[in-house]
Formats: sequence, structure tokens, C-alpha cells
Amino acid sequence: MKTKKIVSYAFLALVLLFVYAPILVLIIFSFTDAHIIGQWHGFSFDLYVRLFTVERLRNMIVNTVVLAALAGAISTVLGTLGAMGIFYAKKGWSKSLQGASNINVINAEIVIAVSLALVFSMLAFNRTYYSLLIGHVAFCTPFVVLSVIPKLKQMDPSLYEAALDLGATPAKALFKVVLPEILPGIVSGFMLALTLSLDDYIITSFTKPAEFDTISTYVYNAVKNTAKSELPAFRALAAVIFAVIAAVVVVLNIRANRKTNKKIIENKEIKR
Amino acid sequence: MVRAKIVSKETYVKNGGMKGIFRRSFLGIPYALFLLLFVVFPLLLIVVYAFTDENGAFTFANFVGFFSNATNVSNLFISIGIAFITTAVCLLIAYPVAYILSRFRSARSYILVLLFIAPMWINFVLRAYALREILNLLGLLGKTNFLNVIVGMVYDFLPFMILPIYTTLIRMDKSLEEASADLGGNGAVTFFKVTLPLSVPGIVSGAMMVFLPCMSCYVITDTFGNSKIPLIGKLIETMFGRASDWNMGSAIALIMLVIMFVTMILTGGFKRESTERGNAL
Repeated sequence: MKTKKIVSYAFLALVLLFVYAPILVLIIFSFTDAHIIGQWHGFSFDLYVRLFTVERLRNMIVNTVVLAALAGAISTVLGTLGAMGIFYAKKGWSKSLQGASNINVINAEIVIAVSLALVFSMLAFNRTYYSLLIGHVAFCTPFVVLSVIPKLKQMDPSLYEAALDLGATPAKALFKVVLPEILPGIVSGFMLALTLSLDDYIITSFTKPAEFDTISTYVYNAVKNTAKSELPAFRALAAVIFAVIAAVVVVLNIRANRKTNKKIIENKEIKR
Repeated sequence: MVRAKIVSKETYVKNGGMKGIFRRSFLGIPYALFLLLFVVFPLLLIVVYAFTDENGAFTFANFVGFFSNATNVSNLFISIGIAFITTAVCLLIAYPVAYILSRFRSARSYILVLLFIAPMWINFVLRAYALREILNLLGLLGKTNFLNVIVGMVYDFLPFMILPIYTTLIRMDKSLEEASADLGGNGAVTFFKVTLPLSVPGIVSGAMMVFLPCMSCYVITDTFGNSKIPLIGKLIETMFGRASDWNMGSAIALIMLVIMFVTMILTGGFKRESTERGNAL
């Protein structure tokens, strides 16, 4: 029994090592200004300074975050409305809307990207910030829909009707009754949309204006041509993001501990 | 239950009648319009471009051209092969991880799961670059291209396999396993006859989330394979980029679309069967 436990812990540790090794490397080499990972030019905070002072880098990071926030917000509104449409429409409409929504979940990113590029070149509004935003929304919204629909299914259907019977307008019933019930689904949908948008390379590269860069597109091109790029500074960025994530995980861990402790104390009190 | 539904429907209609013609299904209209404009219409354009030449005349030449070129066909099979191997390796790593995580009872199991998903918040192109540098330090970069690509793909897609399997495992009715043990099934029997079959839906959706994007994830092959491992997705990118042959690019995109939907339909059928079997249990 005990060896089983040791083996399973060792396995988890090994997989975690694989998952975190690249991140650790990025963090370690964020404290030296060597251009290439693997070389050590002495300890320095130079990359962190560059990260926050080089205007080009700052713009790129702001671009990426603003784009993700906008795409996430629009996807969340559109997807929540879409999920309600799918859930409340008659069977035929509901099925075709759900089917159309699922296309981009199954579809390859490259196919989404080139098909949108065709449309934008046809509409002659070629590649602008709007085409980029539309690309991200088209890619993210179906995932919001998928995370909201289960919450609608779990909801007691008579709640909305009860609100109407008690004199609420449909709008008020939706905002005060339905929305709070499905909020967890909306929040997780938003988080998912945010993650997808932040990470996206392929769709971005086909819908973005030429001079616009996100972290993904910049790093992708810089890896191919490392010479005069700001690539090393991104090691500092990775370290900063990692620090934030670690802090969040620690906070969650403390909260979880407190909860279990409380339960233990409560149980003890009950026993008394 | 049925009765309550009828009554509520009546009140619903009554209210609808009093408050104008608002229906909740109307809320879906903006999304329906968006999907028509930016999902359905673009795909129709792909179909049109795939079946026309640069002058807009109808032709099968793009498909004939693609399939008569041996390199293209082998690229197609390499893409499917890489996707297949990646899915298999991900499953072999992810299943035990998800299984072990699902056995943790406390609230802390959630945090352990988070530990596996958290890296996804760091830009994936950046993480891929870091892993590439590790392979470089190990002296593997440029030597074992195929292996490197598999490592990169597994690294990228592993969380997508862990999550759905973990979710089905924790939602599983634990009393079934206990019943199996009570009826004399040992650990292995219980696992293979109860746990594994019941987790098939999670495995299928995880496999889909890895297999489908794998075929077109040329960011990984470019980063790890020295651009020497050709993916079908890369070919599409080249056709729309450097080669600027949109008709050929659309034809390849359409071929890929067909592969994806066929895979989806096949596994969708599989899923239904497995849930039926689950119900029979």
C-alpha cells in the first residue's frame, strides 16, 4: 500500500518537473542579461528594467492584455446571450445554432484564420484592429457558450416564470434571477476566453495589421531571428507572470487549509 | 413534474402576451448573426475558393493537384501520425495523473490540479521557446527532429488531456467501485471493469482536444523540428502566405475540415455507445 503511494507521488513529481522545467529555465535566466539561454553573464536585473522601460516591449504587452480583455468581454456577452438563445429556442433553431457555434470548437485554428482572412480581403477592410478583434471573438465565444449552457441546464426553469408572475419584466427577471444563477459559468467562460486570446498565435498572425504585435507573434518571429530582438526580456515577463500565478495558488491553498481546519474544529465541537 | 411544466408554460405564454412579443430565444440573435457572418460565410468562401481557379472558373484542379503530389500526401499522413502519437503519449501520461489527482479527498486536490494547469497562463510560444532551449542544451535540437516535435506537442497539449479525464473521474459515482470491491473484484478488476469504462467519455473528449489541434499546430513543428517536419497546417499557411495560392490553400483547408468532422462524427458515435453502456451498468 505504501509503495503504491510513493510510486504515485513520484510519478506526479516527474510530470510536474516536465511541465515546469521550461518555466524554471526562463526564471533562472531572467536574472542575467545574456542573450542566449544557457549563457550566464553574471547576476543582474537588467532584463526586468528593460521589460518596464523599453517602449516597444511595454506597448506589446499592453496590446496583448487589452486585446485579450476586449475579446474576452465581447465573447462573454455574445456567448452568454448565445447560450440563452440556444437553451430557450425551439428544437430546430436551437440545434442549428448550437451546431454553428460548435464549428470553431472542432475546426483547426489555421482554417479559422485563413477563412477569416478571405472574408476580410473580400470586404476590403483588410487587416485592422477590428479584424483582429473579430478573429479572437470568433475563436473564443464558442467556449463561453459551452461553459454557460450547463449552468442553464442546472437552473430551476420555474424561477424565471416565478419572477414574471410576481410582476418582473423579462429584462428584470433575466438580470435579477437568471444571471446570478448562471454567473459561475459566465465567469469560467470569461477566464477561458481570456486564456485562449492571450495564447493565440495563428489567428492573430492572419488577422492583425502589419505593424501590430502581440507577445505571441513577436516571440514567434524573434525565435526564428534571435539576433537583434528583445527576446531575452520576455524571460523576465515569464518570471513576473509566474510570480503572480504562484501568489494566487498560495492564497487559494491557505484558504483551502482554513476551510478544512474549520471543518475539523466544527466536527470536534459537534462531538463534544 | 409534467403538470408543473404545463402550468408554467401557460403563465409564460400569458406573460409573453402581456409584455409584447419578447421571447428569451431572441437573445441568441446577435450571436446567430455573428456566426453567419464570421463562421459560416467564411467557410463557404473556403469551399468556393477550393473549387475554383484564380480566374474564378469551376475546377477540381486544386484537389487533383494536391493528391497527385506524393509529398503532399505523405505530409498529410505525417500530420495524422504526429497527432496520433501525441494523443497516445498524452493519454499514457494524463490518465495516471488524473487518476491519482482524483483520489485526493481534500480541497487540496483542486490546488494540485491547478498546478498542472497554471503553466497555461504563461504564453505558450514563450514556453515552447524555453523548452526548445532546454533541448538545445541537451544537444538534441536539430538532431532528433521528429522526437523533439512529439516532446513539444505533448508539452503543449498535456493539460487538455488531464482536465477532462480528471473531471469525469471525480464526477463518477464512487459507490460503483465500492460495489465492485464488495462483490470480490480486486483492484485491477475494479479498475478495468468499472473505472476505466466509466471514464471513456473523458478520454474521448480529451483525445479530441489533443488530436484535432495537433494536426495544424505548426508553431510547434517550426520551433522544435527545425521546420523540417511538415504539417498540413503549415502547408495551408504557406499557401496563404509566401506561395499566395489561395485556391490551393482553400482546397487543403477543406480537406482538413473534412478530416476533422469525420473524426468528430466517428468519435461522437463512439461516445453515445459508451454512455449507453454506462447506463446499462
